[in-house]
Amino acid sequence: MNNNLKTLTNGILRENPTFALVLGMCPTLATTTSAINGMSMGLATLFVLVCSNVVISLLKNLIPDKVRIPAFIVVIATFVTLVQLLMQAYLPGIYDVLGLFIPLIVVNCIVLGRAEAFAAKNSVGLSALDGIGMGLGFTLSLTVLGAIRELIGTGACFGLHIFPDNYGALVFVLAPGAFIALAYLMAIMNKVVKK
Amino acid sequence: MEYLLIFVAAIFVNNIVLSQFLGICPFLGVSKKIDTALGMGAAVTFVLVLATVVTYLLQKLLILWHVEFLQTILFILVIAALVQMIEIILKKISPSLYQALGVFLPLITTNCCILGVAIIVADPAQLMQKLPGEALQANLLTGTLYAFATAIGFALALVLFAGIREQLAMAKVPKAMEGTPIALLTAGLLAMAFMGFSGVVG
Repeated sequence: MNNNLKTLTNGILRENPTFALVLGMCPTLATTTSAINGMSMGLATLFVLVCSNVVISLLKNLIPDKVRIPAFIVVIATFVTLVQLLMQAYLPGIYDVLGLFIPLIVVNCIVLGRAEAFAAKNSVGLSALDGIGMGLGFTLSLTVLGAIRELIGTGACFGLHIFPDNYGALVFVLAPGAFIALAYLMAIMNKVVKK
Repeated sequence: MEYLLIFVAAIFVNNIVLSQFLGICPFLGVSKKIDTALGMGAAVTFVLVLATVVTYLLQKLLILWHVEFLQTILFILVIAALVQMIEIILKKISPSLYQALGVFLPLITTNCCILGVAIIVADPAQLMQKLPGEALQANLLTGTLYAFATAIGFALALVLFAGIREQLAMAKVPKAMEGTPIALLTAGLLAMAFMGFSGVVG
């Protein structure tokens, strides 16, 4: 039980995909223009991560070692297509905003990285927990980054106005703000965690 | 003239790394030296143009057979296979070029700018958004030119960034900012400089 809990919390803080492992930077920077967008991207990735981890863990003895990477990619791409079609049908608004970055979950290093480093070696249950932990860690960092950018950029948080948007620094919603906000957030995490 | 504008738009105004956020991983990973940045830039240009042409033609087949939902799976497999093939062919035909690009080729499969550009070019509506002016049509020629220009933009951003990081290696940086944070901050300033180009091409 203790081991399970450790696997689950591992991805959220100690091996956080964004701040500790520095993986999956493209969606992290591109989709965090607001807290909601960041969270949706995080949850879409979480779904793919859990499903692909479970399936790959189930198939790990069937896949020959030499073709494992292409096999993993096919499994991941299948679930990404699933998410793509589901979001298109039920959440068209968010699908339009995230756009290109939904199919690009396929090449998100976190998903393939966890398949190779964890799911290919561990049991189904542990792999599912690892997927949930890593996915939650990713969702959390994307939501925090999105909330910060939205607050500084437009004066709102989750769409709730906190101060008038004339006082917002719009650059934080645009490209340079993404880099700068993530840089400072990462520096703060370094300071707090590695003390 | 319009064709020239494709280059200006894709290299400066909508730079793939600094304003579209595609290909950030190699941008942060292999940008410590100008030499390696040039090698990576060349390898990406090579693969991106080839992959775009191949996937553009395959998309026509997908539409013909009404199986568009297979796009993501097919494209990523084609790109992976293409990268492998280019590696084998280069090894035989031009060992010197293989020496220069070899290390970077396997990394390219998971470079999201390849799949990203392939998906953009395969969809006429998305490609039209990226092309400057109304006179241009979304076809294989403009798609390939767009892919080529995008790759040049990627290489330019990578080389500029590597140049700054070479200088930065000697600077004194606060402890918490060392490594990735200072690199991201530099990229942010570079992105701000590139924002100056916005509006140059309508």
